[in-house]
Amino acid sequence: MSVADNQAAAGRSSAQAVAVLSAIGRFLAIALTTYLGLLAVTFFIGRVIPIDPGLPALGAGAEPAAAGPPRREMGLDLPLIEQFYIYVKSALSGDFGTSVLTTNPVMADIRRVFPATLELATLGTIIGAVIGVPLGVLAAVKRGSFIDQIVRIIGLIGYSVPIFWLGLLGLVLFYAKLQWVAFPARLDVVYEYTFTPITGFYLLDAAMQGQWDVFYDAFRHIILPTALLGYFSLAYISRMTRSFMLNELGQEYIVAARAKGLSEARVIWGHALRSAAVPLITVIALSYAALLEGSVLTEIVFSWPGIGFYITSSLLNADMNAVLGGTIVVGTVFIGINLISDLLYRTLDPRTRRK
Amino acid sequence: MTVETTQPSLRDWLLSDRPQSRRQARLGRAYVTWRQFSANRLAVIGLAIIIALVLVAALADVIAPHSPVIGDLTNAYLKPPGTSGYLLGTDDLGRDILSRLIYGSRWTLYIVVLVAIISAPIGLIIGMISGYMGGWVDVILMRITDIFLAFPKLVLALAFAGALGAGIENAVIAIAITSWPPYARLARAETMTVRRSDYIAAVQLMGASPLRIIFRHVMPLCISSVIVRVTLDMAGVILTAAGLGFLGLGAQPPLPEWGVMIANGFKYYLDQWWVAAMPGIAILIVSLGFNLLGDGLRDALDPKESGQ
Repeated sequence: MSVADNQAAAGRSSAQAVAVLSAIGRFLAIALTTYLGLLAVTFFIGRVIPIDPGLPALGAGAEPAAAGPPRREMGLDLPLIEQFYIYVKSALSGDFGTSVLTTNPVMADIRRVFPATLELATLGTIIGAVIGVPLGVLAAVKRGSFIDQIVRIIGLIGYSVPIFWLGLLGLVLFYAKLQWVAFPARLDVVYEYTFTPITGFYLLDAAMQGQWDVFYDAFRHIILPTALLGYFSLAYISRMTRSFMLNELGQEYIVAARAKGLSEARVIWGHALRSAAVPLITVIALSYAALLEGSVLTEIVFSWPGIGFYITSSLLNADMNAVLGGTIVVGTVFIGINLISDLLYRTLDPRTRRK
Repeated sequence: MTVETTQPSLRDWLLSDRPQSRRQARLGRAYVTWRQFSANRLAVIGLAIIIALVLVAALADVIAPHSPVIGDLTNAYLKPPGTSGYLLGTDDLGRDILSRLIYGSRWTLYIVVLVAIISAPIGLIIGMISGYMGGWVDVILMRITDIFLAFPKLVLALAFAGALGAGIENAVIAIAITSWPPYARLARAETMTVRRSDYIAAVQLMGASPLRIIFRHVMPLCISSVIVRVTLDMAGVILTAAGLGFLGLGAQPPLPEWGVMIANGFKYYLDQWWVAAMPGIAILIVSLGFNLLGDGLRDALDPKESGQ
């Protein structure tokens, strides 16, 4: 290799380093502005829309004039921009105020309820991906066949059905009539008080402590809601997988792989699916984020003490600190997953890097 | 013996390669689109469902067998489906569920139409301005759009509905606020593709103002893809509105809104399952209709996306 070649290579790699750094910089800038936007919207909802946030602190029927002291206490006499600055600062340190309903700091409440939602959404996404990806691949390979029609119908119904309503029907059938699953809750009452969770993921905790009866009970409680969320994400994942696979199967390298004499299975699962894997990861990540927020209604139906249950019950009790704290946490996770999947897509797929 | 007609048939006139007037060209284009659309059987079913929805909503007073709000508690308390006179059963106030569903179609249409006429123009205008102006206007508008796009829609709609107070109008506002960003992205992309074209340059030379160009010459090209997207999103809007109604944050009882009806049936769904089941079926059918119609429209209007 000549000196010139070396220099050219060095130039290329430093140009690449600059590109990576600027990509990271851009990513951080986007993450920051999006997060600030989320805080601005929740600030607007909590502080600007209500006519006087000082009044609810006094309770119903209070004179508007009497709201002076709580207003000062809450910093509501400051200019709006200064209020926002304080709001951002406390939100960044995880301080969302105190919940009127539970009298705990909102963050402590959320830390308690969030694992329940995570457990539900994680299992749902796993079900959706494990079943949805092969279904989508099959539908694309046998395009127009019976299985393709089935996948299409599964997808259409998944997009059109109110999942919480499907949950009600599921409970009528599998709990009331067939007695296959347990009643809506996380655990039977017997175990509520004897079982001490460590991580908050009950299935994992029970397995770690070797309490298999608790594990079985938790499983009987979680199976129906998680299957429903799984169906919801399966509808989305299988449809997207089909679309990506159709795209890949039309490419020339597939013809080349077939001409080379590779078995059809190698061509489909080894070559085509591998190229489709990168956008698929993004889709799975997005459906995970969608389940995290979409589980709100499912949690109500199944009395699942997760963040959706927490936000709604706080809402109905006009506990805005808790509502906004919950919204910010869900929003942060949602934005985080969105951005990380975008970043993954950019780094894993060499085709997007060239741009 | 058949006599050959020398008069060109209506079909030939519509499919003519050399339309003689603007009207003929437009009608011909509509005819081709309709032929593509109606070849898709599922899309026609979707269209039929939506037309049926509109008819039912319009004729609710005529076809509903009972009052949607006044029940017959003494004779019709929680009767199962099939009871004579009450095809789909009755609820806990002795109200006929079928009649409530029929009147509820009005609220579904009301929500869907309001969300569409609020969010689609917002998205369209922001997207077109962003795409046509470019530069820092584009950067700022798209940053805002992306921020809204990255938000969790349902939870944000929850928070909005909670702050504004429960009610059907507030639910509509909450849904509309969270659903415009995709339209803005779409309109921007369409605008970018026509911005540099010759006919835009020609109207610019003729001295048309940017506003006139955007509304008279760019918008007609963006609008069809936005309409397709809006139709596809309507199913989601119906589901979100039903969810808000179910949580008690959307429409309020005794309105026969379908989500509220599910919430009402939730109280005793294990024994009287039909009270919650029936409105859910109505929601499923209507959102299926919008999905099928949207898919068909997309395939007919936008051939490059079809088959995926």
